[in-house]
Amino acid sequence: MELISKKFNFVSKNKLEELEQLSQVQGTDQNNDSYVKTVLKRFFKDKVATVSLIIFLLIVLAAVLAPIIAPYSPSKSVGYFEAAPSGKFLLGTDDVGRDVLSRLIYGSQASLTVGILSVLIYAAIGTTLGLLSGFLGGFWDSVIMRITDVFMSFPYFIVILVVVSLIGPGLWTVTFAIGFLNWPVLCRLVRGEVMKLRKVDYVQAAVASGYNTFQIVFKHIFPNTLGIILVNMTFGIATSIITEASLSFLGAGVQPPTPSWGNLMSDAQSINVLANEYWQWLPPGIMILLAVLSINFVGDGLRRAVEGK
Amino acid sequence: MGKYLIKRILIAIPVLLMVTVFCFGMVNLAPGDPSDLYLSQNATQVQKQEMKKNLGLDKPVYVQYVKWLGKTAQGDLGFSFASRTPVAEVIPEKLAATVELLICTLILSYAVAIPLGIICARHQGGWLDNTITGVSFLGVSIPGFFFGLGMVYIFAVELHWLPTGGMSSLGQSSGLLDRVSHIIMPTIVLSLFYCSNMLRYVRSSMIDIFSENYMRTAVSKGLSRKVVLWRHGFRNALIPIITVISSDIPKMLGGAVVTEQIFSWPGLGQLTISSIGSRDYPMLMAINLIAAVGVLICNLIADVLYAAVDPRIRY
Repeated sequence: MELISKKFNFVSKNKLEELEQLSQVQGTDQNNDSYVKTVLKRFFKDKVATVSLIIFLLIVLAAVLAPIIAPYSPSKSVGYFEAAPSGKFLLGTDDVGRDVLSRLIYGSQASLTVGILSVLIYAAIGTTLGLLSGFLGGFWDSVIMRITDVFMSFPYFIVILVVVSLIGPGLWTVTFAIGFLNWPVLCRLVRGEVMKLRKVDYVQAAVASGYNTFQIVFKHIFPNTLGIILVNMTFGIATSIITEASLSFLGAGVQPPTPSWGNLMSDAQSINVLANEYWQWLPPGIMILLAVLSINFVGDGLRRAVEGK
Repeated sequence: MGKYLIKRILIAIPVLLMVTVFCFGMVNLAPGDPSDLYLSQNATQVQKQEMKKNLGLDKPVYVQYVKWLGKTAQGDLGFSFASRTPVAEVIPEKLAATVELLICTLILSYAVAIPLGIICARHQGGWLDNTITGVSFLGVSIPGFFFGLGMVYIFAVELHWLPTGGMSSLGQSSGLLDRVSHIIMPTIVLSLFYCSNMLRYVRSSMIDIFSENYMRTAVSKGLSRKVVLWRHGFRNALIPIITVISSDIPKMLGGAVVTEQIFSWPGLGQLTISSIGSRDYPMLMAINLIAAVGVLICNLIADVLYAAVDPRIRY
């Protein structure tokens, strides 16, 4: 019995959501506000997600305020080479005497820039193509889908490495490579959602009353896909940060002397540094983990808030 | 089924052709003239023209593409810039090493993720579920190279339990035990992400299935818990699990690049890194092509498995 009642609860909740979404599309700004508010309310009820969001925002703040909070210059030799952590250098120094803590703080700039910008690029491409594919259907749909098939059949990390070898490594190469290669998953997701929404009454009504395609897609369908797009983008930032870090670790990403969390760790490829100088590789590793973990928790909270579970 | 398979293969052909166009385009975009490789630096302009003609580089691009495609189809992947040997001679050994690593990773991931996912779903919301789900969150968030370095630090540097890298010890006769001790760490490192990811899929699809009507029917008609779980529940959870294979294998190849580099595993990933260092474009193209074909085959297998596992799917 409990199971059944649970199920019914769930169904009615879903209905409510649908109504909410409907009112959002048809209604005034006030209604729109209330949908966003419900999602935000649900999100902030989740303690883990809220704390994670605060942690991530603190990391962003540290990146922005790097010139103020970093104790030393990230590019100047300020002490002994490879010195262990001490009162003067909290996280020690690297192989040319630069302060690891300062490089770590400045490193967050590169890592977050790549993480966020690349996601914005692929979200723009994926959303546009997904909307078009789902709404136009037919010939254009199958063309776009075959292109996503091609992109998805290449292991994208290897393709990025090849792109890097063709045009040279660097922060912008990595950002654009991730941005231009990573859109297919989101494209398919949006397409699926649009296909579902096309059959909904208000869209049919808009088609029947002769609105042009772009109006229907961007005014009526797009707002309803925003939830999943945002969730996907949040997880995307986490993945992009890991991708950038891995590339920089391999020497194919952000190039020294510009610090990034990944390239700070690449010295640890030598057993000597790995075994004897933990302060060079452990802190950046923990920073990546912390940033990625917090974003993943935010994404998970956001997903539940949007789905209403 | 046979008809569906043929249709599925026919759809894969244009995709495969586009993949080859991409690979070919990539190498044509590459800086440097292939003819330079075959000539000494002080070759005359006439010699250069002659060589270009011999290599077919004076023809229009689409003619070059068709010729290249024909050669590739026959297994001729061109000459490596770096080692000056045919690419097709270098690849098989490296491919075997990578496939070995990937298969071990898949087996380990499934062996851990499926039982744990089912346990989580059965005790949804309990402390066991919360702990395992929490650890799986950590598993998808930790970068492979950081985890790998940590493993090497603990098990190789500090404890001396396992070797730091390579496929087998030098000098000794490489017995089975030796090989196993070399593959343990790379497998665990590469598995962590996929295992965690898969566990979450298994868990959520099992939770959905536990609330299905047919599960209640099966219980109420008096079947044992084991039978309900495995015959009715698990069978249905297989579908999302198959999807994970087809979508995870391309990512796994990417993860293999990093893992192979850390553990000096002599596979395609390490070959990719060294080819990038030496700008060995024919080699890179071949790696990409093989990887893409591999992914297409995996997708095809996944689609066939769907039909085999789920009688509701009819094409």
